[in-house]
Amino acid sequence: MANSMLSLTICPPSPSSQHHFKLGVASSQTCFFGKDFVKAKSFTRTKMTVAVKVSRFESITMAPPDPILGVSEAFRADTNELKLNLGVGAYRTEDLQPYVLNVVKKAEKLMLERGENKEYLPIEGLAAFNKVTAELLFGADNPVILQQRVATVQGLSGTGSLRLAAALIERYFPGAKVLISSPTWGNHKNIFNDARVPWSEYRYYDPSTVGLDFDGMIADIKAAPEGSFILLHGCAHNPTGIDPTPEQWEIIADVIQEKNHIPFFDVAYQGFASGSLDADASSVRLFAARGMELFIAQSYSKNLGLYAERIGAINVVCSSADAAARVKSQIKRLARPMYSNPPIHGARIVANVVGNPELFNEWKEEMELMAGRIKSVRQKLYDSLGAKDKSGKDWSFILRQIGMFSFTGLNKAQSDNMTNKWHVYMTKDGRISLAGLSSAKCEYLANAIFDSNHNVS
Amino acid sequence: MNSDQLFNNSSSTDRRLSILTKHILASSSSSSLAMVSPSPTSASSGGGSVFSNLVQAPEDPILGVTIAYNKDPSPVKLNLGVGAYRTEEGKPLVLNVVRQAEQQLVNDSSRVKEYLPIVGLADFNKLSAKLILGADSPAIQENRVTTVQCLSGTGSLRVGAEFLARHYHERTIYIPLPTWGNHPKVFTLAGLSVKSFRYYDPTTRGLNFQGLLEDLQSAPSGAIVLLHACAHNPTGVDPTPQQWEQIRQLLRSKALLPFFDSAYQGFASGSLDTDAQSVRMFVADGGECLVAQSYAKNMGLYGERVGALSIVCRAADVASRVESQLKLVIRPMYSNPPIHGASIVATILKDRNMFQDWTLELKAMADRIISMRQQLFDALCARGTPGDWSHIIRQIGMFTFTGLNLDQVAFMTKEYHIYMTSDGRISMAGLSSRTVPHLADAIHAAVTRVA
Repeated sequence: MANSMLSLTICPPSPSSQHHFKLGVASSQTCFFGKDFVKAKSFTRTKMTVAVKVSRFESITMAPPDPILGVSEAFRADTNELKLNLGVGAYRTEDLQPYVLNVVKKAEKLMLERGENKEYLPIEGLAAFNKVTAELLFGADNPVILQQRVATVQGLSGTGSLRLAAALIERYFPGAKVLISSPTWGNHKNIFNDARVPWSEYRYYDPSTVGLDFDGMIADIKAAPEGSFILLHGCAHNPTGIDPTPEQWEIIADVIQEKNHIPFFDVAYQGFASGSLDADASSVRLFAARGMELFIAQSYSKNLGLYAERIGAINVVCSSADAAARVKSQIKRLARPMYSNPPIHGARIVANVVGNPELFNEWKEEMELMAGRIKSVRQKLYDSLGAKDKSGKDWSFILRQIGMFSFTGLNKAQSDNMTNKWHVYMTKDGRISLAGLSSAKCEYLANAIFDSNHNVS
Repeated sequence: MNSDQLFNNSSSTDRRLSILTKHILASSSSSSLAMVSPSPTSASSGGGSVFSNLVQAPEDPILGVTIAYNKDPSPVKLNLGVGAYRTEEGKPLVLNVVRQAEQQLVNDSSRVKEYLPIVGLADFNKLSAKLILGADSPAIQENRVTTVQCLSGTGSLRVGAEFLARHYHERTIYIPLPTWGNHPKVFTLAGLSVKSFRYYDPTTRGLNFQGLLEDLQSAPSGAIVLLHACAHNPTGVDPTPQQWEQIRQLLRSKALLPFFDSAYQGFASGSLDTDAQSVRMFVADGGECLVAQSYAKNMGLYGERVGALSIVCRAADVASRVESQLKLVIRPMYSNPPIHGASIVATILKDRNMFQDWTLELKAMADRIISMRQQLFDALCARGTPGDWSHIIRQIGMFTFTGLNLDQVAFMTKEYHIYMTSDGRISMAGLSSRTVPHLADAIHAAVTRVA
């Protein structure tokens, strides 16, 4: 099997003497006797005349599994019946089943009945979707909308929208840096790396308070070179669940304006965090109201449960309608060589739900239910921890944090203990997805957390 | 922590500045050439917007044709621009088998919308590989193929190109002259450098085979070569099987890496197997290649963005390492692919009856196009239009390279309201028996009145 010492004979008959063999490659090298071997035999007889055609990709190494998506893979492989998946942020019902919203089912049935065609969308996406998504974010009567100052382009959920924005930054703001929170969603840095946009971190999470390091955050934003992009989570910060207060948002906006920075919002949980679409958009609206130019990436993965449909948008608020038109045209130039035009199905679902008053109201109710279930398991987890942990440790941050995730404060070793001993699957940064927790399992989870926190260091 | 640890900024800043300069100079209007100021994002410079140095981009040349068409109020206008199939009535078509599959999916209450894996829907991937490589392909049986679901043809090409730019030692890709307008941009943005090889011969309106062989012969060993699997876009000119064999030998002799773009399997000749022959010929020799597949045309799933990238490797363990690296390209681009279109494809491919029905609908589309070719040719002959128009029936697939020049094309748009791309490419799929005479009149007029 392992065959690291090979004399490689190049087939003489053909002028193929330029094969790029990687000599001395260790371990897993498989020998293939291609057609040329048959020819070679008649020409050359050296020791080990194996006319090996080594793959031109032989030196490629196995990439590590994705730190977030890899958790679900590991969970699936676990056969223990107590196992709990608190890894990826996908909403589960109390029965721990995936959930397709009723309004989504209704919209899809409507779409089926109408029998619409499957023609290419324009590069910028479905016009009806782009209209409702901007209105949902800002409010239909917001000046930025009325003055047509928002460039909206349908993107592949949050990731794809962030990537389009990153590509625009790379091309038109060369040298500009993006500041991302410490910590932040694991894929943010990958997106900026692949887009070749430099980034650095601003302080955010304070482990000693399990809260926001506001002074550090402000200091780091102030210290950044003028004209940097500041990546902000619109609500329900991922992974910590810790959001600035309204007063803190005002100060953040002040500093950003002072330094001529550009705010760049990642809005993946509008409506899902507090249960209210408007409340969850207040940070974005605050900045827009100041007349600032800003970027906002939106996702409908969680709030409409459309994870796999990949539906979202990049919005760029500009100082004029003319600038918005130009920006939109340039975003299209970046989308075309990436995937030409975006997928229709998810866009139509959103347009049908958000654009139909009846379905929209139903949606708001379903969203309140989802957000409500998460708030109630937070409460139950907190109560269970209180019952279990008599050491005086303050677990109330679980109630203060908001959204799908909770940053438990557990370190890597403790998180490993959660998985290895308790079969609780979570990311190594101590993040748990409350969307994957049922009230029935709260006590079990509390036991696991207590054990990991107190008995592992 | 910051990204400086990952790549050097100062030289890339220079690179970006020079790229920005080129963008502005290339497409600038007379208004402010607001060059990059010291603080490029400072809203105080350039009139209150950080976007003041962004100019209006022109419309995409291909997709822009439809935009122009939509604006035209003429009742006799004809859209022969983008390659989307139209029925004899000039309407878009959703295949019956697609509607059937969709019905099944939407009415299945057990279906959920959870994230697909980064590489996409597993069934779809397996079935797609079988479709293009053949169900009995040794490469598949030996687990030497990795297939990842991507966003139609464009997405598959982009992911494949990004992968090669990162992991392959040769970063030049040779593309045929001419080729689909989006190809150069896809490869350039992925980080490859683009060169071309001769392909189309305007004097014969056929293949410049000698030029092709010469140019590929002089390519550096190991370079990547883009090949249209069938129904070359925009010319409709394909190599014969004998020519394909020669191309294969040449590529293998120089260790050139084939990257197939397969956007018309089944749509070109009407037969799925025939249209896959070029790809299968290469795979049969045991060598490596990349294949980008699209279901936009052959399943009419245009807007669903369904496609797949397959990389055929020499060994199974190489294929699995390659797959792991493909995931690193995909995750920061869009995380995981859209489920709807892939589910439709998988439903159809795995059901024997639906698959059969599909092949019949596919053949019907291909046959209608072939008949449009014949009708147009006959109409031009009947009008005694000067020139040899036999290329119309020799070329294959959705498009015909008419051989008309820029002025003639502009004339046809202005006087006859015929919309096509400026290279003289017309989409036969947009023609009907009813509209052929109008097109023939327009071509006749253009050829006789415009130089």
